[in-house]
Amino acid sequence: MLCESCQQREATVHLTQVVDDSVKKVHLCEECAAQKGLDVHGPVSITDLLMGLGKAAEAGPEAVAGERSCPRCHMRPSDFKKTGRLGCPDCYESFTAELMPLIKGMHRSEQHTGKTPGGVEGVEPAADEGVEPAAGESLETLQRELEKAVAGEKYEEAAQLRDRIQAARSAAPGGPVS
Amino acid sequence: MIVDDLIRHPAAWLAAGGEAGAVVSSRIRLARNLRSAAFPGWAGEEECEKIWQKLRELLQAAPTLAGSYAIGMDELELLDRQLLFERRLISREHAGKGRGSGLVGTPDERLAVMVNEEDHLRMQVIRPGLDLREAWSVMNAMDDELGSRVDYAFSPRLGYLTACPSNVGTGLRASVMLHLPGLVLMNEMDPVIKGVTKIGMAVRGLWGEGTEAVGNMFQVSNQISLGEKEEEIVHSLEQIVLEIVEHEKNARARLRDRKEAILRDHVGRSRGILENAHILTSKEALDLLSGLRLGLEMSILKCVDRRLLDELLVLTQPAHLQKREGRKLKPRHRDLARAQRVRQVLAEAGVKPVE
Repeated sequence: MLCESCQQREATVHLTQVVDDSVKKVHLCEECAAQKGLDVHGPVSITDLLMGLGKAAEAGPEAVAGERSCPRCHMRPSDFKKTGRLGCPDCYESFTAELMPLIKGMHRSEQHTGKTPGGVEGVEPAADEGVEPAAGESLETLQRELEKAVAGEKYEEAAQLRDRIQAARSAAPGGPVS
Repeated sequence: MIVDDLIRHPAAWLAAGGEAGAVVSSRIRLARNLRSAAFPGWAGEEECEKIWQKLRELLQAAPTLAGSYAIGMDELELLDRQLLFERRLISREHAGKGRGSGLVGTPDERLAVMVNEEDHLRMQVIRPGLDLREAWSVMNAMDDELGSRVDYAFSPRLGYLTACPSNVGTGLRASVMLHLPGLVLMNEMDPVIKGVTKIGMAVRGLWGEGTEAVGNMFQVSNQISLGEKEEEIVHSLEQIVLEIVEHEKNARARLRDRKEAILRDHVGRSRGILENAHILTSKEALDLLSGLRLGLEMSILKCVDRRLLDELLVLTQPAHLQKREGRKLKPRHRDLARAQRVRQVLAEAGVKPVE
């Protein structure tokens, strides 16, 4: 298959993207993909795509003047924007303000509810956050509705239900989940 | 040599699973990091090497990994690293690494741990067929064992901390590989991709991120790793897979009812070319093998040994071909060797039309 952009070289980069209601497939060669700001070596960085930070959009490799860096590993936000990867576990604390909106956008949640080290199941409630007693019940109902919607191929409805579930969960981070 | 031992048996994900058909294999992957170290991409080579030496020892001492091998990426030739990638034991990114990175795995290939890929630990359990729950339970046990020996980077709010925020939380990526020729031939794959994407799942090609869906093979996996329990992620994916399998069955039934000539033509041509071609690219081979598989599953074709045919999926890949020939081959020589291998295996497997 030839590259859709230059029509000369073999297409080796294949992307499938859902835009509104249509599935778009793009087949490019490495050169054209690189020109369009895709990092063809290494996985495509979701972070970059979400933040609109493809290589081409970057002003330059040099750091922003006066930029803060992580006290432990010295990574700067501009380094993260370049690679899409953080320097060390402490970066999550060092750059909370920048990272939280990104994380919420990716996962539609900002509270871990899965397992914890030491094999203890269950949720560790975050400090200073209350528990809504009714949340568990309504979540269960929503979850059932979601499963029904998926089974019935009502994906629009399923997406809405999923959003509601996520909203309910973040409203009650310590609440029972199912 | 470890790699030479591995290629004597089929890849773990190819061993015939419970329900032969649309579902090829199930995989659970967990990302974990050490609290005390920089992530591999930011740590220097020396620090990575120290981490690798420490983790290889800890991993090999874990009961679930009893009898495992450990190899540094710098101990392997490029061809061997590519071979591990084709067997889905390491990622494409890991195949490009050297000193400071490694692989620990069990000889049956069901458990494999990449050390210092994007994260310090990328552990995977892979099983044939739809077997996500069992895969998760094996993974969960391995994680508990390691968690008691290693101080994981973890925060109560964000869960397990990973180099890329897209994996934070559970660090879990569950994925199922599906063979969906019915949906593709009926031109119904796009709505499925759309539906799956809308509910927070991703659809990728056979060898993962950035690869095209050749041979009608698709990998469906969860995108969201934070805010859901591991069991919920596994359950949702399982439900969606069952849903897609049902769609595929319907598509195949309609193909037989309404487009029988097209179906028989597709299967017949696939077999004809595979049995007679002398030059085969790897994409063409995978696409034609899909037609053969469809013919077998729809009782248009029969064979004596189905497993031989399934194995071709991996054996026709570049590194496997070259390893078998015992030398490096240019792409056009690979195409010749591939065609020869395919003709030979089809004859051995005894593929015939059902009268």
